Order: sequence, then C-alpha cells, then structure tokens
Amino acid sequence: MEPKVVLVTGGSRGIGRAIASHFGSLGHRVVINYASNAAAAEESAAAVRAGGGEAMTIGADVGDAAAVDAMFSEIAEKMGPVEILVNNAGITRDDLMLRMKVEQWDEVIATNLRSVYLCSKAALRGMLRAKWGRIISVGSVSGIAGNPGQANYAAAKAGIIGFSKSLAKEVGSRGITVNVVAPGFIETDMTAALGEDVTSSAAGNIAVGRLGQPDEIASAVGYLASENASYITGQTLVVDGGLAL
Amino acid sequence: MERSAIESKMVDLLVEELGIERDKITMAAKFEEDLEVDSLGVVELLMALEDNFDVNIPDEEAEAITTVSEAVDIVEAKVNA
Repeated sequence: MEPKVVLVTGGSRGIGRAIASHFGSLGHRVVINYASNAAAAEESAAAVRAGGGEAMTIGADVGDAAAVDAMFSEIAEKMGPVEILVNNAGITRDDLMLRMKVEQWDEVIATNLRSVYLCSKAALRGMLRAKWGRIISVGSVSGIAGNPGQANYAAAKAGIIGFSKSLAKEVGSRGITVNVVAPGFIETDMTAALGEDVTSSAAGNIAVGRLGQPDEIASAVGYLASENASYITGQTLVVDGGLAL
Repeated sequence: MERSAIESKMVDLLVEELGIERDKITMAAKFEEDLEVDSLGVVELLMALEDNFDVNIPDEEAEAITTVSEAVDIVEAKVNA
C-alpha cells in the first residue's frame, strides 16, 4: 500500500502507541493525537520514525468540537487529508452505578463516543473526495459483554458499534469501510490500574491463558486498514484471546 | 460570474463526480428522482461545488436543494455575493 495519512487519537500511550508504531512500520505518515501528555506523544512519534514512517504529534481534546476542527485543519495543512482514522482515545471513570456521578458518565461519553462522531465527521469529507477511506474505532469487550462498574464505559463502547454499522451503510458505496476492533484484557496502564489480583483472575477466564499485548490489537487494526480488508465493513472484530466466548 | 458558466460547470461535475449521463441532465431535473442521485451523492456534489467555486454552502441551504437549477441558484448567489 502506498503511504497514507493515518490519524490515531489517544496515540501517546498503550494501545494507541502500538497502533501508531504499527502504521509507522508499514511506512505510513502517522499523526499522533494526545490529550495532555506531549512528551509521551513524542515518544510514540519517535517509535513511528524508528519503524520507517513519518510522524507528527498534535494535542487536542477529541471530545471538543472546536478542538477537533482545529486539529483536522492543522493536519490537512501539514500532512494532507486523513485517509485512515483510528478512533482510539478513551478514558475510564469506573464506579458502581449507584455511586456513579453524572460527571463520570458525561466525561466518558464525551471522550469515548462523542469523539468518534466528531473525528469521523471531520475525516469523511476528504475520504469521500478520495473515494477511499478507513475508519477503525477501538471498542471493548465491555461494550459487548458488559462489566460491573463500567456502565458508562460499556455504553460508550457499545455506542461505537451501532455508530459504525450505521456509517458503514452510509458510505460503503464510496470505498470507505467502518469497523470496530474490540480488545479484551490488554496489558496497558489502564488495566495495570486494576491491580494484580484483578488481572490474574481475569487471565483465568481467557482461553489463551494470558492478557493480550497492545501489538496484538495494533495488528488487527492494521489488517482492517489494509486493501485485504476492503470487503469487510460494519464489523466488530473481537481481539480478546477468547475471553468473551 | 455568468449563470451559463455555472450551469455548464455544474453539468461537468455531475458527469465527472457522480457518473451521470450528460444527455439526462436538464436544469429542471430532480437529483433524486430524475438523476437517481442518492442523498449522499447530493452531499458529494455540493462538496465539489464548494471546491470548484470556492464558496461555502451551509447545511440548512443545502438541504433545500432538489433540482439542478436550485443548486445553480445557490452557487450563483454565493459567487456573486
């Protein structure tokens, strides 16, 4: 595949960084969006460059409409239109339903779901013009199977699936595919925060018998972005080592 | 800009961007009924018009367009504003 402009939201750490590196290793031109940690985003950019790709970083709150518009304008100016969009940015504000504050709900919906609407809409114009595009959003097994303490997160991640199916139907005839990769338990800062007890007991429910690595999500995202996946759209690819079977 | 120039560019864009047969295009033609352009196709045409004429067509005005001539009206008003 010739080099494409790839935007990875939330690309400074964890799964986002692995996705950015993966596209870098394929020689693409990768834009790494980050919320607040510019230094970490620069490390992701260095990883992309080390793999042979081109990279730039850009700070923006992807839940904010004006910030997203400004980000896409800057990307268009410096790199050209976004051809592959990876909606990866995500946060958790876990709590049992009865204790969950409306702020915890709103923050998660804004960063994890509103961002998908905003970024996809902003990217679509260029994709329609090119009659080619890939939109891949990072969902979660939580959004499919549910998870106690994650009603907000699961709602956002399930929302991404319905969103992607609808958009897939709207733009399928224009060479644009829209898919979701739903990770299970992956070793990142997000899951490390759960503590060893939780993660080791989780591993007992995973068919493969271990937590996943961010690279294992990145390769699934890379596949859906490739020409080989041109007939796959509206799908959710669960990458969880057999957790939610 | 002359209206005839806008009309002629509009026909070119319909042919090039949306693959419509030149013979079928009249100013009175309705996009969806007569030219079989789907709603996304109308959006694509408007994007092409914006690019070609360097104008901005707001969504609320775009939604009101049903015929080729109405699209020409909007572009004409914007270009000569």
